Amino acid sequence: MDAHQRNVIPSLETAGSSSSFLDFVTQNNPGLLPFGRPLPAGQLPPVPHGTTIVALTFAGGVVMAGDRRATMGTMIANRHIEKVFPADRYSVLGIAGTAGIAIDIVRLFQVELEHYEKIEGTLLSLEGKANRLGAMIRANLPMALQGLSVVPLFAGVETASREGRLFSYDVTGGRYIELEHHSVGSGSVFARGALKKLWRPDMDAATAVAVAVESLVDAADDDSATGGPDLVRKLWPVVYVVTDDGATRVSEEALAAAVQQIVDRRMVEGREA
Amino acid sequence: MSQQFYVSPEQVMKDRADFARKGIARGRSVVVLGYGGGVALVAENPSPTLHKIGEIYDRIGFAAVGKYNEFESLRQAGVRYADVRGYSYDRSDVSARGLASVYAQSLGTVFTAEQKPFEVELAVAEVGATQAEDHIFRLTFDGSIADESGYLAMGGKAEIVQQKLADTWEPGATLAQVLKWAVDALQAPHQDGSDSSNGAESLGAANLEMAVLERNVVEVRGTHRAFRRLGPDAVQQMLASGGGD
Repeated sequence: MDAHQRNVIPSLETAGSSSSFLDFVTQNNPGLLPFGRPLPAGQLPPVPHGTTIVALTFAGGVVMAGDRRATMGTMIANRHIEKVFPADRYSVLGIAGTAGIAIDIVRLFQVELEHYEKIEGTLLSLEGKANRLGAMIRANLPMALQGLSVVPLFAGVETASREGRLFSYDVTGGRYIELEHHSVGSGSVFARGALKKLWRPDMDAATAVAVAVESLVDAADDDSATGGPDLVRKLWPVVYVVTDDGATRVSEEALAAAVQQIVDRRMVEGREA
Repeated sequence: MSQQFYVSPEQVMKDRADFARKGIARGRSVVVLGYGGGVALVAENPSPTLHKIGEIYDRIGFAAVGKYNEFESLRQAGVRYADVRGYSYDRSDVSARGLASVYAQSLGTVFTAEQKPFEVELAVAEVGATQAEDHIFRLTFDGSIADESGYLAMGGKAEIVQQKLADTWEPGATLAQVLKWAVDALQAPHQDGSDSSNGAESLGAANLEMAVLERNVVEVRGTHRAFRRLGPDAVQQMLASGGGD
């Protein structure tokens, strides 16, 4: 009886979920998803792990930065990895944890947001985006229990507002609003300490980028899994600035200048930390 | 057992085709035109929310005439097809040709197998690196597919609009120019009609829905999505500038 009643308006019944790419793929093509497959018992060989991501708000938006290192046990697996991505025009996400799954979750999340926008003709609200990301992390929980956890950091600007907002997650998909600044990954404790001292209300974008880079330098100083700026290879953190004008990647030149400034100052000071 | 009269397959197909054609001819026209900077999609559409033009994927746009619920479900199916394909392979592996052939199959199946055919006609446009590499596909209610070169008109009195475009369209035009050609073409049936009651009425920005697929959007705008809707203000401004040649 109940089932019969629900079938009276078939299109409305499915309409609620049809704007979601995740729901569509889960129903029709579950093999494409990065998670959701049962893992057989066994020992997982070392796989690359992404490390530290920091994000902070400034007057007019939010900045997110991530170092470039992936580690596999005690070995450096990759020096060039990028762990901060634009999710859509007005939001970015960074990921720490098992790199292989994390990067696929990012791809899935990007398609999810674009899919919704194309089907519905409007952008999701920032809270809505944050909730969709939480659903994906929760779907990954069985994998997290096997040691393949992914912990993202999500930041964005609500369209038609100039206020940047941060969301952190735990492996169960729990979503938490963060104020001022936040960091995830193995170097996050050290980055957070630096952010607490460096962050000021109403910074401009350039200062916020410098603060983000300096907190990553501090994290790399104390955490072996976090890569600092590499002056020899000219490798800088990946930094995105999100304002009501959209998300833009900070140029290599600007980052090189910011890093050089930090290095020069610390050289002159010549202190232990 | 009730007795069925014999109806020849030719008659069945003809009846279905006539039915679909009538439905499509009732609406207003949509035109798709290539220009120097991309592909423009222009529809006569008084509603600002019920779109006849939509984004499918990075370089692929969609335009439709006919019954809204039917082409809207086709548009959504197209977005799903493209997103699944782009997610499982790569973004560059989604092509208008692939999408158009899937549309053709669905329309063909519905035309022969369902109670009634879809009363829709679709256009799938893809912007390429140069104007010669643009693709515009026309899909009709029976699943036929045609590769149109440069421009296309459909819906309403499509033959008159298409003829008008054939007379005016040239490659390498500016956006303002093709907008003017599009508006002239969309207006052609009104002026051509024997009744002079609405002949003088000109199409304003409020009655136009317009979008473009921009060429080289990665280099120019730093995004992979070439589709951009133009609001009434932008259209009005371009109409006012006249696109004089």
